[in-house]
Amino acid sequence: MSTTRLTAGFLPLFDSALLVLARERGFAEAEGLDINLVRETSWANIRDRAAIGHFEIAQMLAPMPLAASLGLTPIPTPMITPVVLGLGNNCVTVSDTLWQAMLAEGAPGNLVAGLTGLALARVVAASPRKLRFGVVHQTSSHNYELRYWLAASGVHPDRDVEIVVLPPPLLPDALGAGGIDGYCVGEPWNSVGVATKGAHIATVKASIWQSSPDKVIGMRASWAEQHPELVSAVIRAIYHAGAWCADPANHDEAAHIMAGPAYLDQPVSLVRRALSGALDTGAGVSQTVPGFFVPHASAANFPWQSHALWYYSQMVRWGELKGSPQSAAIAAASFRPDLYRAALAPLGVDLPLADSKIEGARQQPEQIAGAPSPVAMLPDRFFDGAVFDHDQLGAYMARQQQADLPAT
Amino acid sequence: MSASELSILIIDENRIRASIIEDGLREAGHMRVVVLHDVNQVARTIQDSDPDVIVIDLENPQRDTLEHFFSLSKVVQRPIAMFVDRSDGAMIEKSVEAGVSAYVVDGLRKERVKPILDMAISRFNAFAKLRQELADVRSELEDRKLVDRAKGILMKTRGVGEADAYALLRSAAMNQNRKLVEIAQSLITAADLLGP
Repeated sequence: MSTTRLTAGFLPLFDSALLVLARERGFAEAEGLDINLVRETSWANIRDRAAIGHFEIAQMLAPMPLAASLGLTPIPTPMITPVVLGLGNNCVTVSDTLWQAMLAEGAPGNLVAGLTGLALARVVAASPRKLRFGVVHQTSSHNYELRYWLAASGVHPDRDVEIVVLPPPLLPDALGAGGIDGYCVGEPWNSVGVATKGAHIATVKASIWQSSPDKVIGMRASWAEQHPELVSAVIRAIYHAGAWCADPANHDEAAHIMAGPAYLDQPVSLVRRALSGALDTGAGVSQTVPGFFVPHASAANFPWQSHALWYYSQMVRWGELKGSPQSAAIAAASFRPDLYRAALAPLGVDLPLADSKIEGARQQPEQIAGAPSPVAMLPDRFFDGAVFDHDQLGAYMARQQQADLPAT
Repeated sequence: MSASELSILIIDENRIRASIIEDGLREAGHMRVVVLHDVNQVARTIQDSDPDVIVIDLENPQRDTLEHFFSLSKVVQRPIAMFVDRSDGAMIEKSVEAGVSAYVVDGLRKERVKPILDMAISRFNAFAKLRQELADVRSELEDRKLVDRAKGILMKTRGVGEADAYALLRSAAMNQNRKLVEIAQSLITAADLLGP
């Protein structure tokens, strides 16, 4: 069988795992793909090299295809994602100094976003200087989930604290040097901060918004249009890599591959934490987070248009873009559940019937309508109990706008 | 200083390459050029030099940080965005391939920016070519050392002269369809394993 070579950009983050495993474990090859992985140094490079076609596909921040399609990037290019690289994987990690202050203000130390956020809010209110938090890119899930957590805890992310951008591998050093007080990033860079800088993991993405997406495979819409069979092959390779990665019997091998010098270049034991969800949250305290990183269960690779619309709502919320029905339509259309179904239906995989779901309403695991059979889903609550109904987008954004106004 | 003279900031952790670009800009008549190696100083340098054009190497991991700075109105006095000439699609590709990018203040005419980026691209490419040539020369030297060692081993163990030792290596390489240096390396490894 002839193989097609695809060049794929990625950043050293655990959630590049499905892309890396697709290559390393032969799932790509089985689909006729020879994936040439290129480790990049910044999300800006991923964005630009994908836009000009150096990369046919790339690991991208979930909001990135929206931003490119909406013209918010230097080289505006319609981009899509047909497959998601898993749910979760991020934490908010803080310096020891900030953590001690949060403990004194009642942080429970159990990673639960609600009470931890209230403790942080009290520290912020009492602090003589603005605390500074790092995120990995402006148009990133990290930026939006950190901001969501802060805002819902009573901390306005622009008025009350400062948010700066640094690439993932530089965040632990910046924290250690005192340049920032905390950061939101994917693994292993939280565990690295704990292991090398005495940092503490304060809360996790899985508590801020359960079962939420983080990285996707992004590509130019025009390329996807011209190569439907390659797009299907990529979706299937990622899907199989996700199923393999989810099996606890494979965790050791997956951690070993990801820890290698070409990928994360970190100790295996530290890399493995993202897979088991058994985190060292600081000072030797071990806590296990169910659903910390979900590579396969709960339709984890399905590109829900409601996820795209939630990110869109946050871009508008924080002033990156003026909202309009046209923009919302472009944002939703950059997530392509139709391509995902087309690639996997022939395999008899259970696929959701809907393109969107109501986010934040599922309190317990339950089954949703799917074909050929219903699909088992994990809870998807936001920590503050808010519900995002994509059909009520305007009302949702208006509520947040109201809540974000300065207190009078 | 004429009001129309552009202020240019070069951000490159590679000092040699940065000075090559700086020279090029000065040759082209640009006198207001600032070079920055340590990106941690970037916020203050941008405030102080208030650049019209920023030239940055793409390998720089802090590109995301820079772009975020540019989006914060309190750090920069004027909006800055990546320079993309929409009428010239090949330009951006050439610049990304060369590993350099330019950010410019809002409203600057592309006729003024393009020569700067063109110069940076050609100097980045020339620098990469030089670096490759240097690497080639280095590996050639290393290869020669290995072949000399292998010849020495053969001369000692087989009791032949230098020319014969070389001929032996060469014929082995030709017979096995491998490079001379590979044969030399195998011989050295074998001799080390068997050696006294």
